[in-house]
Amino acid sequence: MKKIFALFMAVVLVGITMTACSTNTKSSTGSTTTSEVTGSITAAGSSALAPLVQVAADNFQQLNPKASVNVSAGGSGTGLTQVANKSIDIGNSDVTAESKLTADQAATLKDHQICAIGVAAVVNSDVTVTNLSKQQLSDIFTGKITNWNQVGGADEAITLISRPESSGTRALFKQYALDNAVESSNTALSSDDSGTLETNIASTKGSIGYLAFSYLVGKYDVKKMSIDGVAPTLENVYNGSYPVWGTEHMYTNGDATGVTKAFLDYMGTDTFQTQMENLGYNVISKMTTAAGKH
Amino acid sequence: MICLIEKLKKEYLGRSIVTLLGIVIILVTLSITGFLFYKGLGTFVTYNHSVWEFLFSSDWKPADNFDGGGKVGAAIFIVGSLLISFLALLIATPFSIASAVFMTEISPILGKKLLQPAIGIFVGIPSVVYGWVGLTVLVPAIAHVFNLPYGFSVLAGGIVLALMIFPTITSVSVDAIENVDNGYKEASYALGTTRWQYIYKVMLPSATSGILTGVILGLARAFGEALAVAMVIGKMQTFPDNILSATNNMTAEIASDMGNSAQGGEFNDALWSMALLLLIISFIFILIMRIIAKKGEEVK
Amino acid sequence: MKSEHKNAIVADKIATVILYCIAGFFLLLLAGFTAYIIVKGIMAYQPGIFSFERTGIGVELFNTVYLVLISLIISVPIGVGAGIYMAEYAKAGKVTNYLRICIETLSSLPSIVIGLFGYLVFIYMTGSKYNLFAGALAVSILSLPLLTTVTEDAIRAVPSIYKEGSLAVGATHWQTIVQICLPVATPRIITGVILAAGRGFGEAAALLYTAGMSSNVNLNIWNPFDPMSLLCPFRPGDTLALHIWALKTESMTPNADQIANFSAAVLLVLIFAFSLGSRLLGARLDRKMSGK
Repeated sequence: MKKIFALFMAVVLVGITMTACSTNTKSSTGSTTTSEVTGSITAAGSSALAPLVQVAADNFQQLNPKASVNVSAGGSGTGLTQVANKSIDIGNSDVTAESKLTADQAATLKDHQICAIGVAAVVNSDVTVTNLSKQQLSDIFTGKITNWNQVGGADEAITLISRPESSGTRALFKQYALDNAVESSNTALSSDDSGTLETNIASTKGSIGYLAFSYLVGKYDVKKMSIDGVAPTLENVYNGSYPVWGTEHMYTNGDATGVTKAFLDYMGTDTFQTQMENLGYNVISKMTTAAGKH
Repeated sequence: MICLIEKLKKEYLGRSIVTLLGIVIILVTLSITGFLFYKGLGTFVTYNHSVWEFLFSSDWKPADNFDGGGKVGAAIFIVGSLLISFLALLIATPFSIASAVFMTEISPILGKKLLQPAIGIFVGIPSVVYGWVGLTVLVPAIAHVFNLPYGFSVLAGGIVLALMIFPTITSVSVDAIENVDNGYKEASYALGTTRWQYIYKVMLPSATSGILTGVILGLARAFGEALAVAMVIGKMQTFPDNILSATNNMTAEIASDMGNSAQGGEFNDALWSMALLLLIISFIFILIMRIIAKKGEEVK
Repeated sequence: MKSEHKNAIVADKIATVILYCIAGFFLLLLAGFTAYIIVKGIMAYQPGIFSFERTGIGVELFNTVYLVLISLIISVPIGVGAGIYMAEYAKAGKVTNYLRICIETLSSLPSIVIGLFGYLVFIYMTGSKYNLFAGALAVSILSLPLLTTVTEDAIRAVPSIYKEGSLAVGATHWQTIVQICLPVATPRIITGVILAAGRGFGEAAALLYTAGMSSNVNLNIWNPFDPMSLLCPFRPGDTLALHIWALKTESMTPNADQIANFSAAVLLVLIFAFSLGSRLLGARLDRKMSGK
């Protein structure tokens, strides 16, 4: 027991000395914010949104050293349920609260729409096809087309790699790219998360799947597919020509106050919006009327 | 009076404390079981699905909202779980027992110095790392060896799980073997048996019930493991044709959809029913193994 | 008779060779696996990775050790105590048996279920936010079955001669347990603790809904009751395993893979150090208690 305790103390001490050195230099610059934001909040939910919120939280804390924003993933359902339970302050979701929660629960929540996310069909780099029509895409994902030569490619079997049924990315892709055609689940492999799906597409020849734009920034191991001749880019989402995208929702229980409000306000600033686009997210306020509401 | 206080100090105090701790464990177990029953019965009570549909239908399309009306046939997942866990057990058990024998009887020095610490480390490797190594090394290897378009398969799941439960079965088996009365060994050697004869005819039979405990714990871990298996079985919603085809299992399905579905909705409740079923199936297996172990002891 | 004996010797030789092969095979496999992780980790090393900033894994490393220690402080007394109860005081027969089955069944539950149970009880019912302590409690539940079973087996394995001797010289049952059985059983209980700690080190799913996935600490605050302090157990915090999971699955940071690989190697070293440390401690306790 003594030894464990000693070890523990040693770890703590090392921690103290290490950090004492590293932080001193930074705090001397001081903060420039006039009104201090103090307190700690938690945001959880959608895993597609979590990386963006994390970046926002990091920046936000630089500006407001006394505020703390904790970001977790856990899934849209978790985010919605927990914000309705008031366990967390912001519930991130790929879908509206009304679609998953009871009317009573949803009524207490306030939606903050800050960004949108596009979804692209991606293929293994050995696939030569670069464009598919919506019809071809539906036929592929419903299992009617099983070989790339049926859509102008080489003679190679198509391997479908999908996401779990409750995935927000899957819901968007199904609604806007497949026109609600029911994906064939008994011939499709499935990956729990975007990271694994990307690895699987990259390593499985002839495979096709779908990823949010945010996972495609600076990635060259998978190929993006145009739909009806339109490339999956942020611009094409803004001008309404690329149809597969959806609004991301950040819910608060009642009106946002304190740190939560300051944080959501920060996410809406111009400086952060530029950063948002660099990370592969669309800014909601820049959507043209041609794009409509998703 | 003094005697009573003395006795109180020396016996009853400690006794009460450990009894209380025993009760704490019972309470924790009962409350989790109760929680699972409460959550898991929702599918059948709130959303009016039949147990028959849940167990024997393979039509899985639960609605992710509070209206219900989806399909909750979980047969594919149940078959997947059973198949993969037993395959893992089949692969791991012989190796585990052999390693345990090696560590205790053949070369205790090598065993204690090398194998045992190595095993301790392997328990602590996060599932996701096992899964990732499986995904990047094992899955392509299986695709290559069997000339398949992809290597996601029951076999891949079984091998990854076997690797994960190997430490559990081995370390508990080592304990069981070390517990065998040393007198048996001396008596056997005195009778002129070889080492193998002693191991095979005396040691293993007397360690059976301990080894079985290890196997049960291994099976339990295999049953409950989610992340690693989910990464290598392909999660295809279909019954596997053979051990080289992809399928899905209960834990993988629970892990992938639990977080995304809203708590209390039909989808979420159906997943909780699966968790409950997992508990019930493990319970049945453990019961069966206990009966086997008991029979074994009676024969002895 | 003679040939039979010869056969037995041949069988013995063959069995020995096979067992050596199996052990060797596994050692190679384990070594290969370890080497794979460590080498990948070393290749991913970059300066500043141990820093306590967002890009480093310093806080995660601290959280991992901290959370596992808290969970052991909670679960070891309960697990060992309950194990003693099961081995020594519980009336043999149906009840104990039923209990044991319950405990083993409990250990088969996916950790995500324990995590959601933990969320309901430790977060939702108590009205608190994600925190390390809740995570430690969830991990404690995970490791309790193992600790109880191992302790019970270890105490049962103490030769009855020891106990009889102690009781004969007038010690009470409890004194016998504490002074005779526990010391003898200690090395095996420690094996159990190592296994339990290992589960804590590697756990991710149970912590997702209890401890949260991010750590925000202000390293100028050392008051353990301040929620921004590193030492505060009631703050959200992610462990290395959860960090690896997040990096491998959903992260968009370009070097996420590298950090994840490096974290995996660090975790491996951490577990190795822990198991070595507890083994040494166990051996020392053993020497001390047995008076050698």
